[in-house]
Amino acid sequence: MNPRCASVLDTPPTAAWPPDVERLRDDFPALRQHVGGRPLAYLDNAATTHRPAAVLAALDRFYRRDNANIHRGVHRLSVRATEAYEGARATVARFLNAARPEEIVFVRGATEAINLVAYSFARPRLRAGDEILVSELEHHANIVPWQLVCEQTGARLRVVPITDAGELRLDSYERLLTERTRLVALTHASNALGTLNPVRQLVALARQHGVPVLLDGAQAVAHVPVDVRALDCDFYVFSGHKVFGPTGIGVLYGKAALLEEMPPWQGGGDMIRTVSFERTTYADPPQRFEAGTPHIAGAIGLAAALDYLRSLDAESLARHEHDLLAYGTARLAALPGVRLLGTAADKVPVISFTIDGVHPHDAGTVLDQLGVAVRAGHHCAQPLMQRLGVPATVRASLAFYNTRTELDALVEGVRRAIEVLR
Amino acid sequence: MSDALRALYQEVILDHYKRPRNWGRLPQPTGHADGHNPLCGDRLSVDVQVEGDRVADIRVEGQGCAISVASASMMSEALKGRTVSEVTSLFDRFHEVVTGRADAEAAPLGKLAVFAGVAEFPARVKCATLAWHTLRAALDTRSGAVSTE
Repeated sequence: MNPRCASVLDTPPTAAWPPDVERLRDDFPALRQHVGGRPLAYLDNAATTHRPAAVLAALDRFYRRDNANIHRGVHRLSVRATEAYEGARATVARFLNAARPEEIVFVRGATEAINLVAYSFARPRLRAGDEILVSELEHHANIVPWQLVCEQTGARLRVVPITDAGELRLDSYERLLTERTRLVALTHASNALGTLNPVRQLVALARQHGVPVLLDGAQAVAHVPVDVRALDCDFYVFSGHKVFGPTGIGVLYGKAALLEEMPPWQGGGDMIRTVSFERTTYADPPQRFEAGTPHIAGAIGLAAALDYLRSLDAESLARHEHDLLAYGTARLAALPGVRLLGTAADKVPVISFTIDGVHPHDAGTVLDQLGVAVRAGHHCAQPLMQRLGVPATVRASLAFYNTRTELDALVEGVRRAIEVLR
Repeated sequence: MSDALRALYQEVILDHYKRPRNWGRLPQPTGHADGHNPLCGDRLSVDVQVEGDRVADIRVEGQGCAISVASASMMSEALKGRTVSEVTSLFDRFHEVVTGRADAEAAPLGKLAVFAGVAEFPARVKCATLAWHTLRAALDTRSGAVSTE
Protein backbone atom coordinates (compact mmCIF):
# COMPACT_ATOMS: atom_id res chain seq x y z
CA MET A 1 0.00 0.00 0.00
CA ASN A 2 2.32 2.72 1.22
CA PRO A 3 4.80 3.69 -1.45
CA ARG A 4 7.51 4.09 1.15
CA CYS A 5 10.79 5.62 0.26
CA ALA A 6 12.45 2.35 -0.62
CA SER A 7 9.67 1.03 -2.77
CA VAL A 8 9.27 4.39 -4.45
CA LEU A 9 12.85 4.17 -5.60
CA ASP A 10 12.18 0.77 -7.12
CA THR A 11 9.44 2.10 -9.33
CA PRO A 12 10.63 3.36 -12.69
CA PRO A 13 10.47 7.12 -13.18
CA THR A 14 7.15 8.21 -14.59
CA ALA A 15 6.30 11.09 -16.88
CA ALA A 16 5.72 13.21 -13.76
CA TRP A 17 9.40 12.93 -12.80
CA PRO A 18 11.00 15.21 -11.88
CA PRO A 19 8.19 17.24 -10.34
CA ASP A 20 8.18 20.96 -11.12
CA VAL A 21 9.08 22.03 -7.60
CA GLU A 22 9.57 25.68 -8.53
CA ARG A 23 5.99 25.82 -9.77
CA LEU A 24 4.77 24.08 -6.61
CA ARG A 25 6.65 26.61 -4.48
CA ASP A 26 4.54 29.33 -6.07
CA ASP A 27 1.54 27.76 -4.34
CA PHE A 28 3.08 28.67 -0.96
CA PRO A 29 3.19 32.46 -0.55
CA ALA A 30 5.38 32.44 2.57
CA LEU A 31 8.17 30.51 0.87
CA ARG A 32 8.91 33.43 -1.45
CA GLN A 33 10.57 35.72 1.04
CA HIS A 34 13.96 36.87 2.15
CA VAL A 35 15.04 36.85 5.76
CA GLY A 36 17.93 39.09 6.68
CA GLY A 37 18.59 39.68 3.00
CA ARG A 38 18.83 35.97 2.14
CA PRO A 39 16.25 33.81 0.41
CA LEU A 40 14.41 31.78 3.00
CA ALA A 41 15.35 28.10 3.14
CA TYR A 42 12.58 26.72 5.31
CA LEU A 43 13.77 23.39 6.70
CA ASP A 44 11.59 23.23 9.81
CA ASN A 45 8.59 21.41 8.39
CA ALA A 46 8.40 18.87 11.20
CA ALA A 47 7.60 21.80 13.49
CA THR A 48 5.04 23.22 11.11
CA THR A 49 4.68 23.27 7.35
CA HIS A 50 3.70 26.26 5.27
CA ARG A 51 0.23 26.56 3.81
CA PRO A 52 -0.70 26.76 0.15
CA ALA A 53 -2.75 29.69 -1.14
CA ALA A 54 -5.68 27.30 -1.53
CA VAL A 55 -5.83 26.91 2.26
CA LEU A 56 -5.57 30.65 2.87
CA ALA A 57 -8.35 31.20 0.32
CA ALA A 58 -10.57 28.62 2.03
CA LEU A 59 -10.13 30.34 5.39
CA ASP A 60 -10.78 33.72 3.84
CA ARG A 61 -13.85 32.47 2.00
CA PHE A 62 -15.31 30.99 5.14
CA TYR A 63 -14.89 34.15 7.20
CA ARG A 64 -15.97 36.47 4.39
CA ARG A 65 -18.95 34.55 3.12
CA ASP A 66 -20.16 31.52 5.12
CA ASN A 67 -19.26 32.71 8.60
CA ALA A 68 -21.76 31.27 11.06
CA ASN A 69 -21.92 28.77 13.86
CA ILE A 70 -22.70 25.18 12.97
CA HIS A 71 -25.33 22.59 13.88
CA ARG A 72 -27.82 25.13 15.17
CA GLY A 73 -28.88 28.10 13.10
CA VAL A 74 -31.82 27.80 10.77
CA HIS A 75 -30.43 30.53 8.58
CA ARG A 76 -28.60 29.90 5.36
CA LEU A 77 -25.16 30.96 6.51
CA SER A 78 -25.33 28.42 9.29
CA VAL A 79 -26.44 25.77 6.83
CA ARG A 80 -23.49 26.59 4.57
CA ALA A 81 -21.05 26.59 7.49
CA THR A 82 -22.38 23.26 8.73
CA GLU A 83 -22.13 21.74 5.28
CA ALA A 84 -18.57 22.95 4.89
CA TYR A 85 -17.55 21.69 8.35
CA GLU A 86 -19.15 18.27 7.90
CA GLY A 87 -17.79 18.18 4.35
CA ALA A 88 -14.34 18.68 5.86
CA ARG A 89 -14.94 15.69 8.10
CA ALA A 90 -15.80 13.60 5.05
CA THR A 91 -12.64 14.82 3.31
CA VAL A 92 -10.50 13.78 6.28
CA ALA A 93 -12.26 10.40 6.38
CA ARG A 94 -11.38 9.87 2.71
CA PHE A 95 -7.80 11.02 3.32
CA LEU A 96 -7.34 8.33 5.98
CA ASN A 97 -9.64 5.84 4.24
CA ALA A 98 -11.80 5.64 7.36
CA ALA A 99 -14.97 3.58 7.05
CA ARG A 100 -17.16 6.63 7.67
CA PRO A 101 -16.96 10.33 8.57
CA GLU A 102 -18.35 9.67 12.07
CA GLU A 103 -15.00 8.08 12.90
CA ILE A 104 -13.31 11.48 12.55
CA VAL A 105 -13.24 13.74 15.61
CA PHE A 106 -11.95 17.27 15.16
CA VAL A 107 -9.60 18.38 17.93
CA ARG A 108 -6.91 21.03 18.34
CA GLY A 109 -4.08 18.79 17.28
CA ALA A 110 -2.37 15.44 17.76
CA THR A 111 -1.64 16.31 21.40
CA GLU A 112 -5.29 16.89 22.21
CA ALA A 113 -6.28 13.75 20.33
CA ILE A 114 -3.92 11.62 22.42
CA ASN A 115 -5.15 13.25 25.62
CA LEU A 116 -8.72 12.51 24.57
CA VAL A 117 -7.94 8.83 24.09
CA ALA A 118 -5.98 8.72 27.35
CA TYR A 119 -8.85 10.26 29.27
CA SER A 120 -11.86 8.68 27.62
CA PHE A 121 -10.58 5.35 26.40
CA ALA A 122 -7.63 4.34 28.57
CA ARG A 123 -8.47 5.77 31.97
CA PRO A 124 -11.80 3.98 32.52
CA ARG A 125 -10.26 0.67 31.46
CA LEU A 126 -6.99 0.74 33.36
CA ARG A 127 -6.37 -1.02 36.66
CA ALA A 128 -3.28 -1.14 38.83
CA GLY A 129 -0.68 -3.39 37.23
CA ASP A 130 -1.95 -2.87 33.68
CA GLU A 131 0.57 -1.66 31.14
CA ILE A 132 0.70 0.87 28.32
CA LEU A 133 3.40 0.38 25.73
CA VAL A 134 5.20 3.33 24.12
CA SER A 135 8.69 3.58 22.59
CA GLU A 136 11.88 5.54 23.05
CA LEU A 137 11.07 7.39 19.82
CA GLU A 138 8.01 9.15 21.17
CA HIS A 139 7.36 12.87 21.28
CA HIS A 140 6.41 14.11 24.74
CA ALA A 141 2.81 14.29 23.49
CA ASN A 142 2.79 10.50 23.28
CA ILE A 143 4.42 10.04 26.69
CA VAL A 144 2.99 12.53 29.16
CA PRO A 145 -0.76 11.86 28.63
CA TRP A 146 -0.08 8.18 29.39
CA GLN A 147 1.97 9.05 32.45
CA LEU A 148 -0.98 11.09 33.70
CA VAL A 149 -3.41 8.16 33.35
CA CYS A 150 -0.84 5.83 34.88
CA GLU A 151 -0.61 8.09 37.93
CA GLN A 152 -4.38 8.10 38.21
CA THR A 153 -4.91 4.37 37.76
CA GLY A 154 -1.77 2.65 39.00
CA ALA A 155 -1.02 1.37 35.51
CA ARG A 156 2.58 1.26 34.29
CA LEU A 157 4.28 2.72 31.25
CA ARG A 158 6.55 0.27 29.44
CA VAL A 159 9.03 1.50 26.84
CA VAL A 160 10.12 -0.28 23.67
CA PRO A 161 13.83 0.40 23.15
CA ILE A 162 15.42 1.41 19.85
CA THR A 163 18.62 0.45 18.09
CA ASP A 164 21.49 2.89 17.67
CA ALA A 165 20.19 3.58 14.18
CA GLY A 166 16.92 4.77 15.72
CA GLU A 167 14.76 1.81 14.73
CA LEU A 168 12.30 0.16 17.04
CA ARG A 169 13.57 -3.15 18.43
CA LEU A 170 10.93 -5.55 17.23
CA ASP A 171 12.16 -8.40 19.41
CA SER A 172 11.74 -6.24 22.51
CA TYR A 173 8.37 -5.04 21.30
CA GLU A 174 7.13 -8.60 21.00
CA ARG A 175 8.51 -9.45 24.42
CA LEU A 176 6.86 -6.42 26.00
CA LEU A 177 3.44 -7.31 24.56
CA THR A 178 1.94 -9.38 27.37
CA GLU A 179 -1.40 -10.17 28.95
CA ARG A 180 -0.90 -7.02 31.05
CA THR A 181 -0.69 -4.72 28.01
CA ARG A 182 -3.87 -2.68 27.63
CA LEU A 183 -2.79 -0.25 24.94
CA VAL A 184 0.02 0.30 22.48
CA ALA A 185 0.75 3.95 21.61
CA LEU A 186 3.46 4.39 19.00
CA THR A 187 4.57 7.03 16.60
CA HIS A 188 4.15 6.37 12.89
CA ALA A 189 7.24 8.48 12.14
CA SER A 190 9.73 9.97 14.60
CA ASN A 191 9.74 13.76 14.77
CA ALA A 192 13.33 13.92 15.98
CA LEU A 193 14.98 11.28 13.77
CA GLY A 194 12.56 10.63 10.92
CA THR A 195 12.38 6.88 11.54
CA LEU A 196 9.34 5.44 9.79
CA ASN A 197 8.00 2.60 11.91
CA PRO A 198 6.73 -0.62 10.31
CA VAL A 199 3.29 0.25 11.62
CA ARG A 200 1.33 -2.42 9.82
CA GLN A 201 3.52 -5.11 11.38
CA LEU A 202 3.39 -3.40 14.79
CA VAL A 203 -0.41 -3.28 14.72
CA ALA A 204 -0.65 -6.89 13.58
CA LEU A 205 1.54 -8.07 16.46
CA ALA A 206 -0.57 -6.13 18.98
CA ARG A 207 -3.70 -7.61 17.41
CA GLN A 208 -2.41 -11.12 18.11
CA HIS A 209 -2.51 -10.16 21.79
CA GLY A 210 -5.86 -8.42 21.47
CA VAL A 211 -4.26 -5.07 22.35
CA PRO A 212 -5.67 -1.86 20.85
CA VAL A 213 -3.22 0.46 19.08
CA LEU A 214 -2.98 4.23 18.79
CA LEU A 215 -0.68 5.60 16.10
CA ASP A 216 0.71 9.13 16.29
CA GLY A 217 0.72 10.20 12.67
CA ALA A 218 1.77 13.83 13.20
CA GLN A 219 5.03 13.36 11.29
CA ALA A 220 3.79 10.80 8.79
CA VAL A 221 0.74 12.29 7.08
CA ALA A 222 2.68 14.86 5.06
CA HIS A 223 4.93 12.17 3.62
CA VAL A 224 3.27 8.77 3.28
CA PRO A 225 -0.26 7.71 2.38
CA VAL A 226 -2.22 6.51 5.39
CA ASP A 227 -4.95 3.89 5.17
CA VAL A 228 -6.34 3.29 8.65
CA ARG A 229 -8.37 0.31 7.52
CA ALA A 230 -5.40 -1.40 5.92
CA LEU A 231 -3.34 -0.60 9.02
CA ASP A 232 -6.19 -1.85 11.21
CA CYS A 233 -5.17 0.58 13.98
CA ASP A 234 -7.79 1.57 16.55
CA PHE A 235 -6.82 5.22 16.79
CA TYR A 236 -4.82 7.47 14.48
CA VAL A 237 -4.03 11.08 15.30
CA PHE A 238 -2.47 14.00 13.43
CA SER A 239 -2.23 17.80 13.43
CA GLY A 240 -3.47 19.92 10.56
CA HIS A 241 -0.58 22.36 10.61
CA LYS A 242 1.99 19.66 9.90
CA VAL A 243 0.20 18.70 6.70
CA PHE A 244 -0.14 22.16 5.13
CA GLY A 245 -3.35 23.03 7.01
CA PRO A 246 -4.06 25.68 9.65
CA THR A 247 -2.81 25.58 13.23
CA GLY A 248 -5.27 24.75 15.97
CA ILE A 249 -7.02 21.93 14.12
CA GLY A 250 -6.24 18.26 14.34
CA VAL A 251 -7.80 14.88 13.93
CA LEU A 252 -8.60 11.88 16.02
CA TYR A 253 -9.60 8.86 13.99
CA GLY A 254 -11.16 6.13 16.12
CA LYS A 255 -12.90 2.92 15.12
CA ALA A 256 -16.64 3.58 15.43
CA ALA A 257 -17.19 0.72 17.89
CA LEU A 258 -14.58 2.15 20.26
CA LEU A 259 -15.70 5.76 20.00
CA GLU A 260 -19.26 4.68 20.77
CA GLU A 261 -18.14 3.05 24.02
CA MET A 262 -16.15 6.06 25.16
CA PRO A 263 -17.58 8.60 27.62
CA PRO A 264 -17.38 12.32 26.78
CA TRP A 265 -14.27 14.10 27.95
CA GLN A 266 -15.42 17.70 27.91
CA GLY A 267 -18.96 18.80 28.61
CA GLY A 268 -20.78 21.68 26.98
CA GLY A 269 -22.82 22.64 23.99
CA ASP A 270 -22.99 20.55 20.83
CA MET A 271 -22.05 17.29 22.59
CA ILE A 272 -25.41 16.58 24.21
CA ARG A 273 -28.68 15.04 23.18
CA THR A 274 -30.84 16.41 25.99
CA VAL A 275 -29.91 18.35 29.08
CA SER A 276 -31.84 18.63 32.30
CA PHE A 277 -30.59 19.28 35.79
CA GLU A 278 -31.50 15.70 36.66
CA ARG A 279 -29.94 13.93 33.73
CA THR A 280 -28.06 14.74 30.54
CA THR A 281 -27.70 12.36 27.64
CA TYR A 282 -24.84 12.63 25.22
CA ALA A 283 -24.68 12.88 21.49
CA ASP A 284 -23.23 10.08 19.41
CA PRO A 285 -19.65 10.30 18.19
CA PRO A 286 -18.10 12.40 16.82
CA GLN A 287 -20.22 15.24 18.31
CA ARG A 288 -19.89 13.65 21.76
CA PHE A 289 -16.22 14.66 21.71
CA GLU A 290 -16.64 18.12 20.20
CA ALA A 291 -18.03 20.21 23.05
CA GLY A 292 -18.36 23.90 22.32
CA THR A 293 -17.94 25.71 19.04
CA PRO A 294 -15.13 23.92 17.21
CA HIS A 295 -12.46 25.48 15.00
CA ILE A 296 -14.82 25.57 12.03
CA ALA A 297 -12.54 27.55 9.76
CA GLY A 298 -9.62 25.32 10.74
CA ALA A 299 -11.46 22.17 9.73
CA ILE A 300 -12.40 23.76 6.41
CA GLY A 301 -8.82 24.92 5.89
CA LEU A 302 -7.53 21.44 6.68
CA ALA A 303 -9.88 19.93 4.11
CA ALA A 304 -8.55 22.43 1.57
CA ALA A 305 -5.00 21.32 2.42
CA LEU A 306 -5.89 17.66 1.94
CA ASP A 307 -7.68 18.42 -1.32
CA TYR A 308 -4.59 20.29 -2.46
CA LEU A 309 -2.37 17.34 -1.56
CA ARG A 310 -4.66 14.97 -3.40
CA SER A 311 -4.33 17.09 -6.53
CA LEU A 312 -0.56 16.45 -6.60
CA ASP A 313 1.33 13.43 -7.84
CA ALA A 314 2.10 11.81 -4.48
CA GLU A 315 4.51 9.29 -5.90
CA SER A 316 6.78 11.72 -7.66
CA LEU A 317 6.78 14.02 -4.63
CA ALA A 318 7.68 11.14 -2.31
CA ARG A 319 10.51 10.33 -4.68
CA HIS A 320 11.64 13.95 -4.67
CA GLU A 321 11.61 14.00 -0.85
CA HIS A 322 13.65 10.85 -0.76
CA ASP A 323 16.11 12.32 -3.21
CA LEU A 324 16.46 15.40 -0.98
CA LEU A 325 16.91 13.23 2.10
CA ALA A 326 19.66 11.20 0.45
CA TYR A 327 21.37 14.31 -0.96
CA GLY A 328 21.27 16.27 2.30
CA THR A 329 22.37 13.29 4.35
CA ALA A 330 25.34 12.60 2.09
CA ARG A 331 26.47 16.22 1.97
CA LEU A 332 26.25 16.70 5.73
CA ALA A 333 27.95 13.39 6.43
CA ALA A 334 30.91 14.59 4.37
CA LEU A 335 31.52 17.52 6.72
CA PRO A 336 34.16 16.92 9.40
CA GLY A 337 32.71 16.58 12.90
CA VAL A 338 29.11 16.19 11.75
CA ARG A 339 27.40 13.21 13.31
CA LEU A 340 24.07 12.08 11.92
CA LEU A 341 21.49 10.73 14.32
CA GLY A 342 18.80 8.41 13.06
CA THR A 343 20.00 6.27 10.21
CA ALA A 344 16.99 3.98 9.87
CA ALA A 345 16.49 2.31 6.51
CA ASP A 346 12.98 3.70 6.25
CA LYS A 347 12.67 7.42 6.98
CA VAL A 348 10.57 10.48 6.40
CA PRO A 349 12.78 13.39 5.26
CA VAL A 350 14.24 14.45 8.60
CA ILE A 351 17.98 14.96 9.07
CA SER A 352 19.06 15.21 12.69
CA PHE A 353 22.70 15.87 13.48
CA THR A 354 25.25 17.22 15.90
CA ILE A 355 28.48 19.09 15.14
CA ASP A 356 31.59 18.53 17.24
CA GLY A 357 32.36 21.65 19.26
CA VAL A 358 29.28 23.51 18.04
CA HIS A 359 26.17 23.51 20.19
CA PRO A 360 22.96 23.05 18.15
CA HIS A 361 21.60 26.34 19.45
CA ASP A 362 24.63 28.23 18.12
CA ALA A 363 24.39 26.40 14.81
CA GLY A 364 20.72 27.40 14.63
CA THR A 365 21.60 31.06 15.10
CA VAL A 366 24.32 31.00 12.44
CA LEU A 367 22.00 29.18 10.03
CA ASP A 368 19.26 31.71 10.66
CA GLN A 369 21.66 34.48 9.69
CA LEU A 370 21.96 32.74 6.33
CA GLY A 371 18.21 32.46 5.89
CA VAL A 372 18.12 28.78 6.82
CA ALA A 373 15.35 27.87 9.27
CA VAL A 374 16.02 24.70 11.27
CA ARG A 375 15.09 23.46 14.70
CA ALA A 376 17.79 23.25 17.34
CA GLY A 377 16.88 21.53 20.56
CA HIS A 378 15.55 18.35 22.06
CA HIS A 379 12.50 18.29 19.78
CA CYS A 380 10.13 17.53 22.67
CA ALA A 381 11.75 14.11 22.87
CA GLN A 382 14.01 14.33 25.92
CA PRO A 383 13.99 10.57 26.65
CA LEU A 384 15.14 9.98 23.08
CA MET A 385 17.93 12.56 23.42
CA GLN A 386 19.02 10.80 26.60
CA ARG A 387 18.99 7.46 24.80
CA LEU A 388 21.20 8.94 22.06
CA GLY A 389 23.48 10.59 24.62
CA VAL A 390 23.07 14.14 23.31
CA PRO A 391 21.41 17.16 24.96
CA ALA A 392 20.06 18.40 21.65
CA THR A 393 20.43 18.14 17.89
CA VAL A 394 20.09 20.31 14.84
CA ARG A 395 17.15 19.09 12.80
CA ALA A 396 16.47 19.86 9.17
CA SER A 397 13.01 18.57 8.28
CA LEU A 398 11.86 18.70 4.69
CA ALA A 399 8.70 18.97 2.69
CA PHE A 400 8.09 18.32 -0.99
CA TYR A 401 8.58 22.01 -1.74
CA ASN A 402 12.20 22.00 -0.60
CA THR A 403 15.09 21.98 -3.05
CA ARG A 404 18.70 20.88 -3.31
CA THR A 405 19.65 24.56 -3.37
CA GLU A 406 18.17 24.95 0.10
CA LEU A 407 20.14 21.95 1.32
CA ASP A 408 23.27 23.54 -0.16
CA ALA A 409 22.50 26.61 1.95
CA LEU A 410 22.18 24.34 4.98
CA VAL A 411 25.56 22.75 4.32
CA GLU A 412 27.13 26.15 3.74
CA GLY A 413 25.63 27.33 7.04
CA VAL A 414 26.98 24.35 8.95
CA ARG A 415 30.43 25.06 7.50
CA ARG A 416 30.08 28.66 8.61
CA ALA A 417 28.99 27.63 12.11
CA ILE A 418 32.09 25.45 12.39
CA GLU A 419 34.27 28.37 11.26
CA VAL A 420 32.67 30.75 13.73
CA LEU A 421 32.60 28.51 16.75
CA ARG A 422 35.48 26.06 16.51
CA MET B 1 30.02 36.77 8.62
CA SER B 2 27.27 39.27 9.30
CA ASP B 3 27.99 42.12 11.70
CA ALA B 4 25.32 40.88 14.09
CA LEU B 5 26.91 37.44 14.15
CA ARG B 6 30.35 38.93 14.70
CA ALA B 7 28.99 41.03 17.55
CA LEU B 8 27.37 37.97 19.10
CA TYR B 9 30.31 35.60 18.86
CA GLN B 10 33.15 37.88 19.90
CA GLU B 11 36.57 36.41 20.54
CA VAL B 12 36.27 36.82 24.27
CA ILE B 13 32.95 34.96 24.29
CA LEU B 14 34.38 32.13 22.22
CA ASP B 15 37.41 31.97 24.50
CA HIS B 16 35.22 31.56 27.58
CA TYR B 17 33.07 29.01 25.74
CA LYS B 18 36.08 26.88 24.87
CA ARG B 19 37.83 27.36 28.23
CA PRO B 20 35.20 28.21 30.81
CA ARG B 21 36.62 29.65 34.05
CA ASN B 22 35.65 28.66 37.58
CA TRP B 23 34.20 25.44 36.22
CA GLY B 24 33.42 22.72 38.72
CA ARG B 25 32.01 22.45 42.22
CA LEU B 26 32.81 24.01 45.59
CA PRO B 27 33.52 21.60 48.45
CA GLN B 28 31.12 23.29 50.87
CA PRO B 29 29.01 25.93 49.14
CA THR B 30 26.71 28.13 51.16
CA GLY B 31 24.28 28.11 48.26
CA HIS B 32 23.58 25.88 45.26
CA ALA B 33 21.05 25.83 42.47
CA ASP B 34 20.43 23.99 39.22
CA GLY B 35 19.25 25.92 36.19
CA HIS B 36 17.58 24.47 33.16
CA ASN B 37 16.49 25.90 29.85
CA PRO B 38 13.85 23.42 28.68
CA LEU B 39 13.79 24.98 25.21
CA CYS B 40 17.28 23.82 24.33
CA GLY B 41 18.11 21.36 27.08
CA ASP B 42 20.92 23.48 28.56
CA ARG B 43 21.73 22.76 32.19
CA LEU B 44 23.95 24.72 34.55
CA SER B 45 24.54 24.30 38.24
CA VAL B 46 25.96 27.08 40.35
CA ASP B 47 27.74 26.82 43.71
CA VAL B 48 28.36 29.99 45.73
CA GLN B 49 30.36 30.67 48.83
CA VAL B 50 29.02 33.75 50.57
CA GLU B 51 31.07 35.21 53.41
CA GLY B 52 29.39 38.04 55.26
CA ASP B 53 27.62 39.92 52.51
CA ARG B 54 30.26 39.10 49.87
CA VAL B 55 30.44 36.43 47.21
CA ALA B 56 33.78 34.86 48.08
CA ASP B 57 33.73 32.16 45.45
CA ILE B 58 31.61 30.76 42.61
CA ARG B 59 31.77 27.56 40.58
CA VAL B 60 29.65 26.65 37.63
CA GLU B 61 29.17 23.30 35.99
CA GLY B 62 27.02 22.00 33.18
CA GLN B 63 26.56 22.08 29.47
CA GLY B 64 25.19 24.57 27.07
CA CYS B 65 25.66 26.66 23.99
CA ALA B 66 28.46 29.16 23.51
CA ILE B 67 26.38 32.01 24.86
CA SER B 68 25.20 30.25 28.02
CA VAL B 69 28.61 28.77 28.86
CA ALA B 70 30.51 32.00 28.17
CA SER B 71 27.95 33.98 30.13
CA ALA B 72 28.31 31.64 33.11
CA SER B 73 32.09 31.77 32.92
CA MET B 74 32.32 35.55 32.64
CA MET B 75 29.69 36.00 35.32
CA SER B 76 31.77 33.94 37.71
CA GLU B 77 34.81 36.14 37.08
CA ALA B 78 32.87 39.35 37.35
CA LEU B 79 31.16 38.55 40.62
CA LYS B 80 33.89 37.19 42.86
CA GLY B 81 34.36 39.56 45.76
CA ARG B 82 31.23 41.58 45.10
CA THR B 83 28.52 42.15 47.64
CA VAL B 84 25.20 40.46 47.15
CA SER B 85 23.50 43.79 46.46
CA GLU B 86 26.14 44.62 43.83
CA VAL B 87 25.43 41.28 42.22
CA THR B 88 21.73 42.06 42.10
CA SER B 89 22.18 45.46 40.51
CA LEU B 90 24.71 44.11 38.00
CA PHE B 91 22.24 41.39 36.99
CA ASP B 92 19.56 44.04 36.53
CA ARG B 93 21.84 46.06 34.25
CA PHE B 94 22.96 42.93 32.38
CA HIS B 95 19.35 41.96 31.81
CA GLU B 96 18.49 45.44 30.54
CA VAL B 97 21.36 45.31 28.05
CA VAL B 98 20.86 41.79 26.67
CA THR B 99 17.16 42.43 26.19
CA GLY B 100 17.94 45.69 24.37
CA ARG B 101 16.19 47.92 26.88
CA ALA B 102 19.42 49.78 27.67
CA ASP B 103 22.71 50.09 25.84
CA ALA B 104 25.96 49.06 27.47
CA GLU B 105 27.07 52.66 27.92
CA ALA B 106 23.96 53.65 29.85
CA ALA B 107 24.23 50.54 31.98
CA PRO B 108 27.92 49.91 32.66
CA LEU B 109 28.82 46.24 32.71
CA GLY B 110 32.59 46.18 32.46
CA LYS B 111 33.77 43.11 30.52
CA LEU B 112 30.24 41.77 30.44
CA ALA B 113 29.41 44.45 27.85
CA VAL B 114 30.49 41.91 25.20
CA PHE B 115 27.06 40.36 25.63
CA ALA B 116 25.34 43.47 24.24
CA GLY B 117 25.19 41.70 20.87
CA VAL B 118 22.66 39.26 22.30
CA ALA B 119 20.02 41.99 22.09
CA GLU B 120 19.94 41.44 18.32
CA PHE B 121 18.96 37.80 18.94
CA PRO B 122 15.85 37.66 21.12
CA ALA B 123 15.83 33.86 20.93
CA ARG B 124 19.19 33.82 22.72
CA VAL B 125 18.41 36.07 25.70
CA LYS B 126 17.57 33.03 27.81
CA CYS B 127 20.96 31.53 26.99
CA ALA B 128 22.72 34.64 28.28
CA THR B 129 20.68 34.86 31.46
CA LEU B 130 20.45 31.19 32.49
CA ALA B 131 23.59 31.37 34.67
CA TRP B 132 22.38 34.57 36.30
CA HIS B 133 18.94 33.21 37.15
CA THR B 134 20.60 30.13 38.57
CA LEU B 135 23.05 32.22 40.57
CA ARG B 136 20.22 34.25 42.04
CA ALA B 137 18.50 31.03 43.15
CA ALA B 138 21.80 29.85 44.67
CA LEU B 139 22.14 33.13 46.57
CA ASP B 140 18.62 32.74 47.85
CA THR B 141 19.99 29.42 49.15
CA ARG B 142 17.03 27.73 47.72
CA SER B 143 18.25 24.30 46.85
CA GLY B 144 15.57 23.73 44.24
CA ALA B 145 15.87 24.03 40.49
CA VAL B 146 15.13 27.08 38.39
CA SER B 147 13.92 27.18 34.86
CA THR B 148 13.99 29.86 32.22
CA GLU B 149 10.36 29.04 31.47
